[in-house]
Amino acid sequence: MDALEKIQRQIQWNRLIAVVEEQAQTMIRTAFSTTVREAGDLSAGVFDLQGRMLAQAVTGTPGHVNSMMESVGHFLAKFPAASMKPGDHYITNDPWLGTGHLHDLTVVTPAFRRGEIVGLFANTAHIIDIGGLGMGPEGRSVFEEGLYIPIVKCFDQGVPNETFFDFLRVGSRTPVELEGDVYSLCACNDAGAKRLVEMLDEFAMDSIDDLAGYIFDSSLAATIAEIARLPRGTYSASIKSDGYEAPVTLRAALTILEDAIEVDFAGTSGLSQRGINVPPAYCRAYSCFGIKVVVAPDIPNNWASLAPFRMVIPEGCILNAPRPYPVSVRHVTGQLLPDLIMGCLHQAVPDRVVAEGSSCLWNPPLRGGAQVSGQQAEVADFEVITFNSGGTGARPGKDGLDGTAFPSGVRTMPVEATENVAPVIFWKKELRPDSAGAGRTRGGFGQIMEIGAKGDAEFAVNAIFDRVANAPKGRDGGGDGEAGWVGLNDANGTVLRTKGFQVIPKGRRLLLKLPGGGGMGDPAARDPALVERDVADGLVTADAARRVYGASK
Amino acid sequence: MSARLAVDIGGTFTDLALERDGQRWTAKTLTTPQAPEEGVLVGTQQILAAAGMAPADIALVIHGTTLATNALIERKGARTALLTTEGFRDVIALANEARYDQYDLNIDLPQPLVPRRWRLTVPERLDNEGKVLLPLDEAAVRTQIEVMRAEGIEALAIGFLHAFVNPVHEQRAAAIAREMWPGLPISLSAEVSPEMREWERFSTTVANAYVQPMMARYLGRLETGLREAGLGCPLFLMLSGGGLTTVETAARFPIRLVESGPAGGAIFSAHVSKERGLEKVLSFDMGGTTAKVCLIDHYAPQASRTFEVARVGRFKKGSGLPLRIPVIEMVEIGAGGGSIAQVDSLGRITVGPESAGAMPGPACYGRGGTKPAVTDANLALGRYEPELFAGGAMKLQVAPALAALGAHVGGKLGLGPEMAGLGVVEMVDENMANAARVHAIESGKGFGGRAIIAFGGGGPVHGYRVAEKIGVTRVLVPSGAGVGSAIGFLRAPVAYEVVKSLYQRFGTFDVAAVNGLLAAMSAEAYGVVAHGAPGAPVRENRIAYMRYVGQGHEIAVVLPARALTVADVAAVRAAYDAEYTRFYDRPVPGSDVEILSFAVTVATEVPDVAAAADVADAAAPAPIRVQQVRDTRTGAVAAWSVYDRGEMARGARVAGPCIVSEDETSTLVGPGWSCRVDALGYLELTQEAR
Repeated sequence: MDALEKIQRQIQWNRLIAVVEEQAQTMIRTAFSTTVREAGDLSAGVFDLQGRMLAQAVTGTPGHVNSMMESVGHFLAKFPAASMKPGDHYITNDPWLGTGHLHDLTVVTPAFRRGEIVGLFANTAHIIDIGGLGMGPEGRSVFEEGLYIPIVKCFDQGVPNETFFDFLRVGSRTPVELEGDVYSLCACNDAGAKRLVEMLDEFAMDSIDDLAGYIFDSSLAATIAEIARLPRGTYSASIKSDGYEAPVTLRAALTILEDAIEVDFAGTSGLSQRGINVPPAYCRAYSCFGIKVVVAPDIPNNWASLAPFRMVIPEGCILNAPRPYPVSVRHVTGQLLPDLIMGCLHQAVPDRVVAEGSSCLWNPPLRGGAQVSGQQAEVADFEVITFNSGGTGARPGKDGLDGTAFPSGVRTMPVEATENVAPVIFWKKELRPDSAGAGRTRGGFGQIMEIGAKGDAEFAVNAIFDRVANAPKGRDGGGDGEAGWVGLNDANGTVLRTKGFQVIPKGRRLLLKLPGGGGMGDPAARDPALVERDVADGLVTADAARRVYGASK
Repeated sequence: MSARLAVDIGGTFTDLALERDGQRWTAKTLTTPQAPEEGVLVGTQQILAAAGMAPADIALVIHGTTLATNALIERKGARTALLTTEGFRDVIALANEARYDQYDLNIDLPQPLVPRRWRLTVPERLDNEGKVLLPLDEAAVRTQIEVMRAEGIEALAIGFLHAFVNPVHEQRAAAIAREMWPGLPISLSAEVSPEMREWERFSTTVANAYVQPMMARYLGRLETGLREAGLGCPLFLMLSGGGLTTVETAARFPIRLVESGPAGGAIFSAHVSKERGLEKVLSFDMGGTTAKVCLIDHYAPQASRTFEVARVGRFKKGSGLPLRIPVIEMVEIGAGGGSIAQVDSLGRITVGPESAGAMPGPACYGRGGTKPAVTDANLALGRYEPELFAGGAMKLQVAPALAALGAHVGGKLGLGPEMAGLGVVEMVDENMANAARVHAIESGKGFGGRAIIAFGGGGPVHGYRVAEKIGVTRVLVPSGAGVGSAIGFLRAPVAYEVVKSLYQRFGTFDVAAVNGLLAAMSAEAYGVVAHGAPGAPVRENRIAYMRYVGQGHEIAVVLPARALTVADVAAVRAAYDAEYTRFYDRPVPGSDVEILSFAVTVATEVPDVAAAADVADAAAPAPIRVQQVRDTRTGAVAAWSVYDRGEMARGARVAGPCIVSEDETSTLVGPGWSCRVDALGYLELTQEAR
């Protein structure tokens, strides 16, 4: 390869990353579900005909990282590339062929140039409702969790599959949004395909195979070089989650090899009877993210850059749920995986990891109207979810982030927007004082939320919360973050279960206290000026400042 | 005809442009950050002397400044308090609860302009329809005003939930504050940015309050200074949305001034497109630190209402403070002559956004810079004559440039320094082309039939190659490209935009309510414009921001500038479907459409410019020299002729590859391109079929 070709390869790679970013932006601009358009719970990428991912949009969330990637292989197994036609779009929400629960739709679309198929575009998005029990842990099998879409064509050579759309519409509480979202996912892949073809024309390329080879070689070499910088060995850690019927222990032994990192989850708790189980692709996604964010954060996601991270997930453990175990809220378990992985990596590279954080999103699915109160309903039927985050763990050189999503990559929705789509009132959503774990660097603060229905009518929450019985841990002598709390706003502080469907009686409101992140290092070593600042801001009480930090005032 | 003067204060230079009877003078002076009006006055005296005019000859001064932006970036604004709804003290701190970079554990999030101790709450609550759920606790307002007084607060922002639907509580709280504390500057969210989404609205309101005292003082001093210098004429301010406004309005809503410089550049391009009768252009302004691209259709830049200021994560989207104000839609990326190149862990060349700045500057400046910048790469390709850079004002040094490229790029990739330079230039051109592509998709537009208007120091150098990358075959390099923004100020209309939210569905469209709102908005906008330009003919533009029920992003649909009739409603609905299909290929069946908000803009008519007639061919001058230049597309080195722009008569044509040189910049005419001077003296580059 001569010097000019070398440079051109780089330009083409750069272009491909721009192509998938356009794909993702198109989805955000056309999606109906607030989960996609406001919160950014989505993923988009381009693949070769063997189903290997070449590039993934930076916009998106880690839960889809390699789960979407694995998914394309399943589509190709059912519909070989040779059988695909221009204008075809394929869809599924199978948790085991997609990204781990029925609420995630994955769409795959072939890209054609001069009548030849040249690549595939895939995307994944979290939609608001897919029928069944609704988003929540209560299902005892996947069949209760909603409409199950096998891999089918939703568009056949540009023509909508009306039978599919008929089933889709009647299966959801939000049919218009769901149908609109499917259109949006297809439009976004079309946008990517159009750009890819333009790129091939411009560079006079007949296929993306040579470029794929270059991307894969560079990415693999760079990832292995980063792995080689780590001290070899096996490092073990465990973490406790509140679970549903019983506490759950996640256990990992992470081995740094010469050219790979292997994680064995032996010793992890068994399956739950409820929807907190994690399908293996989702376990791989968040484990990979936990490794990558520490070890090789600058290397873009693709088939080769993810290949050196291998997971051994024993059968029968909660991280390897088989069909038809319920998996609707697999995130509440899976989002603890980066904390677990960092518990291992802390022993190898202590200055590159962060303390444990709130980690699991606090997303209350709220429901009201006749579905909750029957004929006594005082408000119209509604189904709404908002994404909210506690504090992240302290960082070696910086405090944790207050009320910020990690590891998830989603955003929250404006309260005004939520109140515009459902008869709910948020009476409070602000930072929670004294919730951050103390340390030389402290954790991020959690938040407090108080939510009622309009007119303080009866409504229900399908709770999916964690870190209530098991607070986020500090590291290196840092304190734990304050644990979460779920209950009512009444005088005696009625406590609710952290998971499951519960009715908030008329006249009462739901009160959520989101966990703070763990601290890092000895609190006595913290800069007193920073302690004073937090006291002046009302985030640390004077009493806590004296007690925890030994502040004089 | 009397003269008009435009003054654009940038970070380093204050640019001036003066026009009378079609004649133009330009000047540059150093910006005086401590008292920017001093630089303005010095520059004004210089340009008046150059033009042989007296202060009294000036009929109008138009001014734009980055002062407000700098105050936000450097955090040098007023001690600002935010009075807000109880339970929502941390809206501007929680932001969207997201990280703008998924893979960086050490990101810094932008700190709110108002620290938590000055974010004070009062009991009050409206619902989404503006109905009072909890009355305003007036005693609590009084208590909090006392707290602010004790804290030495200098400006107050008031932001309550759903106040954009019903401002009653904000207005009452403001009245109490004024009564207790006359003279305290107050910004209401319902006035500054009356739109849904509390974080963006509060952020905008707080930013307005934060810069208000400083901007009011500055504008006062500037007015006085101009008057004392004999310029008793009116002073207008350039807005980020591309219109002009009075000092009074600017002092009330100074946040609308933040992007005035780039807005001037876009107006400049729009004017050039009109002079040339080019219906679709891409404005491409490349300077020392950043490049700005902006699509212009039918001679008008695109309007937008979202902007981010003071980004902490370099140029990363999401790392700044959101502002919901009328702005010209454009993309700005960290790609300029000073942008530094390096090689990442995957062996990829990256360029920017770090910049060598003016000190030490690119390695070739010989001021101690050792990292390779885009200017070094251009030099390594032979694009600049080292002895004659900037008209000979500055001598470039080849050896340090090659050394920097070799050490930081070539050595790591097995490339010689010249090929490393090629890689750097190709990558920065690619980055700018990608920014243009993303901008186009976000606007639902393509590049077919479009021309590029290139200006700024780097635009004419990189224009033809960026054009090739996005499939554009025509590039125009106007004259005066070094002070494009200031010239743009002279072309801007006196304008004002009012935005209000009023929720409507087509299923239940309330024609009377919509007409009532639009009439009130129209009256407000007419009032502002009539005050600034009494008796001038004006044009009104009405827009509805619409989407399918349930979607999150709106599309702008133009409404007739008159009261709507029932018959109009179906036409507006149909216009939405057509517009949606243009963006995203297929409309969504079965969905109702909703309107979130309306915008009314009133602007003075801009004098019509007749497209310039063509000019007869003229003889090409002889080249002034020949340079050995490496072509970035093929890597081949060839002899490129260099022509002096001053020697090229209107109608003269030269064939590429060649360079047209002038003091401010060099225009590169790539292989396969030709360059002709048009009737206006602009360089027009055309690519022959490849």
